[in-house]
Amino acid sequence: MRFMLLFSRQGKLRLQKWYTATSERDKKKMVRELMQVVLARKPKMCSFLEWRDLKIVYKRYASLYFCCAVEEQDNELITLEVIHRFVELLDKYFGSVCELDIIFNFEKAYFILDEFLMGGEIQDTSKKSVLKAIEQADLLQEEDESPRSVLEEMGLA
Amino acid sequence: MSPTVRLQEMIRVIRSARTQGEERGVIQKECATIRAQFRQADNGGRSHNLAKLLYVHMLGYPAHFGQMECVRLIASPRYNEKRVGYLGAMMLLDENQDASLLITNSIKNDLSHSSPYVQSLALCTLACMGSSEMCRDLAPEIDRLLRNSSSYIKKKATLCAVHMVRKVPELGELFTPAARSLLAEKNHGVLHGAVILITELCERNTQTLVQFREVVPELVHIMRGLVTSGYSPEHTVAGISDPFLQVATNTDSSKTAGSAVLYETVLTVMDIKSESGLRVLAVNILGRFLLNNDRNIRYISMTSLQKIVITDHNAVQRHRGTIVDCLKDQDASLSLALVSSINIRSMMKELLLFLSTCPPELKSHAASGIFNAAESIALCSAGGDVRDETVPNLIQLITSASQLHCYTVHKLYRALVGDISQ
Repeated sequence: MRFMLLFSRQGKLRLQKWYTATSERDKKKMVRELMQVVLARKPKMCSFLEWRDLKIVYKRYASLYFCCAVEEQDNELITLEVIHRFVELLDKYFGSVCELDIIFNFEKAYFILDEFLMGGEIQDTSKKSVLKAIEQADLLQEEDESPRSVLEEMGLA
Repeated sequence: MSPTVRLQEMIRVIRSARTQGEERGVIQKECATIRAQFRQADNGGRSHNLAKLLYVHMLGYPAHFGQMECVRLIASPRYNEKRVGYLGAMMLLDENQDASLLITNSIKNDLSHSSPYVQSLALCTLACMGSSEMCRDLAPEIDRLLRNSSSYIKKKATLCAVHMVRKVPELGELFTPAARSLLAEKNHGVLHGAVILITELCERNTQTLVQFREVVPELVHIMRGLVTSGYSPEHTVAGISDPFLQVATNTDSSKTAGSAVLYETVLTVMDIKSESGLRVLAVNILGRFLLNNDRNIRYISMTSLQKIVITDHNAVQRHRGTIVDCLKDQDASLSLALVSSINIRSMMKELLLFLSTCPPELKSHAASGIFNAAESIALCSAGGDVRDETVPNLIQLITSASQLHCYTVHKLYRALVGDISQ
């Protein structure tokens, strides 16, 4: 996978993950172009299209478009499954996920994506395993952020 | 107020801006505050300031002044700061930025950290934005992790190795022995990564390919194990055990996951120099796909058939009927392209019928498809007759569609020029 984008029907970017080195300017240009192309597609059209030298696989979930760019030799059908698996992970984590969850907790969405995909490939095919790892990492994060103990507050520790 | 709420509060304020100008104003103010806070000493809110900056960056505003903060946060001993720091590195730093080299040392340390979650952050970042130099520097570390760590880390190290091999192909030699032993792992995640790594290694080095040929029976054994073994709920997608790992033989294609597996099989069969029986089977699978209700499946089957028709003409011929049926589909431009490559002569009548009944926006596509086909046949001896029959019919149809006039004139002119020179 070269990159993954999440954007709303109004063309607002909610998440962008790039797996190849691209300049900021090129990224912006590609995102703008691709959003236009995908948003112009009618509902009955299929989820795959060819754009530049890449294959684009996209799927709309409620108000969000999940869009992946894969290479010529990649399997589009399995990419659709990858998108779906990511949505399931988000759903399990946030509990019935909606666009607002992803907006206000964008960094968590990235953490989940990074636990699921790495370098554009799937890390773990087990949903349970990915979710458990996120849970553990979150716990670790909370430990570090936790309020100071009473003794510390009183300056006694 | 807790720092996370401050981040979400900022997001709320930005979203409530009514105009682009108002939004820009809010963001400029926030960025100024963030910049000032970056310059201060550690005040406990560093990770949240960076998170705010990352949000602003996603909206399209400049955030390069956050790069050094990423470097600082990555070096912090606190996990929450590292987490955001690494995320920032992946979003703001790429191999073209000078600051990216500065994190190499931190990554190296974190790769041997006692906590697997910290190791994982380092591995992920390296696999995402590691430059060739960073990869060369850290390859031995990765190799060590490939041999000796928990499966959680191994699977990540494997994918990191994949990235490294893609960036610096010479590293392939370093990873080959480790890759071989990874196939013995039970963990699906590791196996998946191992297969990808081996594929990359073989693609870049024919000698490695020869080495791994011996491994094929082992791979087949693993696959068979997947298909026949018991139900594994963790890995199942719609009743198909671990489709992501499988390239199986006999699967139920009524669900997308099953089709994905079958499609992969077809691709494999086509790629390797398989015997004709297998290829016919592959084409038949694609033919079956054409009958599938799911539009996506029909699309990939047609694109694949387009490629295959060049080599396996006869096998694809059998599915002509289904392909013509697909013309009735709304997204028919693809099937038209496919149709013109197959033996057109016999299909001319059907095509003309289609041209007269299809919706206007497809008419130009259809006409061009037919012209292309006619032109390609014109090169063979009996082609002239075909053109003579069809041209009057075409002209009749086209005069009734005014948008096509200009296009048609161009095409006819070209055709005439070609005719004269014959």
